[in-house]
Amino acid sequence: MTTRRNFLRGCLAGGAAAAAAVVPETACARDTLQRPPEGLGLLYDATLCVGCQACVAACKQVNENPPEFTAMEKLWDTPLDTSGHTFNLIKMYRNGTMETKDAEQNGFSFMKTSCMHCADPSCVSACPVTAMIKDPVTGVVAYDADACIGCRYCVAACPFGIPKYQYDSPTGKIGKCELCRHRHEDGFYSACAEVCPTGATLFGRTEDLLAEAKRRLALKAGDWTNVPRGRLPAKGEKPEDAAKWKGLLDQSYEVRVGNYLQHVYGETEYGGTQVLKLSAVNFEKVGMPNLPPKSSAATSETIQHTLYGGLIMPIAVLAGLTFVARRNVVADDETPKGGK
Amino acid sequence: MSSHQHAVPVPVGGKLFNAATFVCGVLVAIMIAILITRFLFGLGAVTNLNDGYPWGIWVVFDVVIGSAFACGGFSVAMLVYIFNKGEYHPLVRPALLASLMGYTLAGVGVIFDLGRYWNFWHILWPTYANPNSVMFEVAVCITAYVLVMWIEFSPVFLEKWGMKDAKKKLNKVLFFFIALGTLLPMMHQSSLGTMLVVMGSQINPLWQTPVLPLLYLLTAIVIGYGVVLFESCVASSAYRRQIEVHLLQPMAKIMLGTLAVYLVVRIGDLVMRGALSHAMSPSLEALVFWVEMILFMAPFALIGSTNARRNPARLFLAGVAIMLGGIFLRVNGFLIGYDTGPGWNYFPSIAEMLVTIGMFATEVLGYIIITRRFPVLPREDVSAAH
Repeated sequence: MTTRRNFLRGCLAGGAAAAAAVVPETACARDTLQRPPEGLGLLYDATLCVGCQACVAACKQVNENPPEFTAMEKLWDTPLDTSGHTFNLIKMYRNGTMETKDAEQNGFSFMKTSCMHCADPSCVSACPVTAMIKDPVTGVVAYDADACIGCRYCVAACPFGIPKYQYDSPTGKIGKCELCRHRHEDGFYSACAEVCPTGATLFGRTEDLLAEAKRRLALKAGDWTNVPRGRLPAKGEKPEDAAKWKGLLDQSYEVRVGNYLQHVYGETEYGGTQVLKLSAVNFEKVGMPNLPPKSSAATSETIQHTLYGGLIMPIAVLAGLTFVARRNVVADDETPKGGK
Repeated sequence: MSSHQHAVPVPVGGKLFNAATFVCGVLVAIMIAILITRFLFGLGAVTNLNDGYPWGIWVVFDVVIGSAFACGGFSVAMLVYIFNKGEYHPLVRPALLASLMGYTLAGVGVIFDLGRYWNFWHILWPTYANPNSVMFEVAVCITAYVLVMWIEFSPVFLEKWGMKDAKKKLNKVLFFFIALGTLLPMMHQSSLGTMLVVMGSQINPLWQTPVLPLLYLLTAIVIGYGVVLFESCVASSAYRRQIEVHLLQPMAKIMLGTLAVYLVVRIGDLVMRGALSHAMSPSLEALVFWVEMILFMAPFALIGSTNARRNPARLFLAGVAIMLGGIFLRVNGFLIGYDTGPGWNYFPSIAEMLVTIGMFATEVLGYIIITRRFPVLPREDVSAAH
C-alpha cells in the first residue's frame, strides 16, 4: 500500500515538472520587443546600389579588419561572405542573361549583408554571458569580447547569419557590424553610409528611415525624385543636434524611382529591425529570410520564463521531490544490509 | 519488504591493465594531442566548424547526446527514490557512475569547444549571467548536477576508505541531494531542447516546436533506461556476471510506458502544427526523421511482451534502438535539420571524431577503474541467489 501511495505521489511530483513544459503562454508570456524610439539604423535601397563595394572597403578600414583573399592573386580584399573579419558585404543576385538591373528574370541586383540591429535580437537572447548587448537608447546591438566565452550560440541563433566567429585564431572573437558605434562620439556615423556615392546606404534614426522608405514606395516607378545621401536628418532636427554629426548636411540628388516591391524589409520582421531594406527583386531570392512578426527570442524566453520565472516552479517541484525522497531514502536506510 | 534486501555492492577486482584499458589509454593520448593543437592554433586548425555550422559534434555528441546518455543515474534514481521502487536499488550505483562520468566529461568537453574558454567562469558569475539565455540555464544546471552527483556517489568512496562517520552524516541529508539530483536533469535536459527554439525557422519544422523541452525531457528519461539496459548487458558479458533480468524486465516495461507518452506527444505535436508534410518530401530531412521514428518505435516490436523482455538479447537491442533514436532526434534537430542558408555544409573532421572517441574512451576507462576498485556493482553470489 505504502509503495503504491508513494508511487502516485512520485507521479505527481514528476508530472508537475513535465506538465510545466506545456503550460500555455499566459502570465509569463514575453512579447516581441519593439524598436527604441530614438533607435539608429540604415536604409539600404538596392535600386540605388551600383555594387561598387566602397562601403565594404570603408567598413574594413574603420573596423581595422584584415583583407580576405579568395582569388589566386592575393591583390585585394575579396571576401565571398561576411566573416569574423568582414562585417559588411554587398552580394549580387544574377539570373539568366543578366541584362537588366533590378529585374528578377534575366537581370541582376545587389543586396547588403550586415547586422540588421533587430528590435528583439536572437543573439542577445541567446548569449549566456551578456556579451551581446542592445543599447537601450540607440538600439545598436553591440559585442563585448571581454565578456564573451566563445560558445557561438549567437552565430547559431541569428536568422541573418550575422555574428561570425574567428576560427583561424586561438583567441578568436565574434565579429559583427556595430553600426560604427566606436565612431559616434567623434561625430562620425556608419562608414558604409558615409562613403556610399549613391545614397543606397543611408544612416539615420530608423523612424525617419522608415518614413523615407515609405515615401519612395509611394512614388511612381520611373519618375524623378530627390534622395538624400550620407545621413538622413531626423524629422524636425534642431541645428544643435545636427551639429553633433560631421559631414555635409544636404547631399541629396535626383534619381529615377526604382521598380520597388511594396515591402520595407525590416519594418515588421521579428518585431522589426533598425536596418531597413528596399528591393525590386524578391527578398528571399536576394538572401533575406522570410520572418514572422513574432521574434523567436520572444518564444524562447516565454518558455524559459514560464518554467523558471522567479524559480517558483523549480522550487515547488524540488519541495515535492524532497518530501517524497525523504520518506523513501529513510525507508531504504533502515533495511538491514549485509554488512551491518 | 523483501524487495529491499538487495545485493551489497562490492569491487569487482582484477587487473587494471588489460587490452581494453590499453586501447582506451591510446585513444585518450590521441585526443590529448589533438586538443593541444586546438588550443595552440584555434578551432579551425582541427575542426570543420564554420559560420553556417558553428556547433559540431563536440557540442552535439559530447554534450547534448553525451549528457542524455548519462541520464541512467537520473532515471533509475527517480524510480527507486521518487517512485519508491526499492527493488531496483542494485542498478542505482552502476547507473550513477556512468552518469557521473558522462556529465563530468560533458562539462569538461564544453571547454574544448569554447572559443574564449578562459572566460568560461563568466557563465556562473552574476554580473555576466543572462537569465533569459537558455544556455545560461543549461550551464548552471549541469554544473550544479555534476556537483550533486559527486555527492550522491560519494558513499562509494566513503565505504571504500572506511569513513563510517562521514557516511552516516551524509546519509542523513542524502535525500535532499537525491531530490535535487532528480530536479536538475529535468531542468537542463528539457532546456537542451529549448536551445533550438531561438534559432527559429532555421530549424526544420519537424524539429522546431514549442514542446521541444517536453520532447527532450521524455526522451532523456527513456534514454536513461535504454542506457541501463545496454550497460547491464555489456557489463554482465564483460565481467562474466549474471544479467539482472528480474530487474530489467519490469524496468523495460516502465521504459515502454514513458516511450509511449513521448510518441503520443511527438506525433500529436507534428499533426497539430501541420508539420507532417515535411516528412513526406523526398529529402534527407524526411529520411532521417523516419529513421528516428522507427528507432523509437522498434522497442515495442522487440520487447512488447513480458516473455520478450526476459530475453537479454532483445533487451540489449531495445536499449540500442532507444540510444540510436536519441542520437537521431538530437543530431536531426541540431545538425541535419539546421539550415542557415545555401553554401554551408558540415561534416566532422577526423580530428573532431577522434576527440569525441577519446572522450568516450575516457568514460569507459573511468568506469572500468572505478568498478574494479570501488563498491559499485552488486555482489555476484547474492544477486544469483535472488
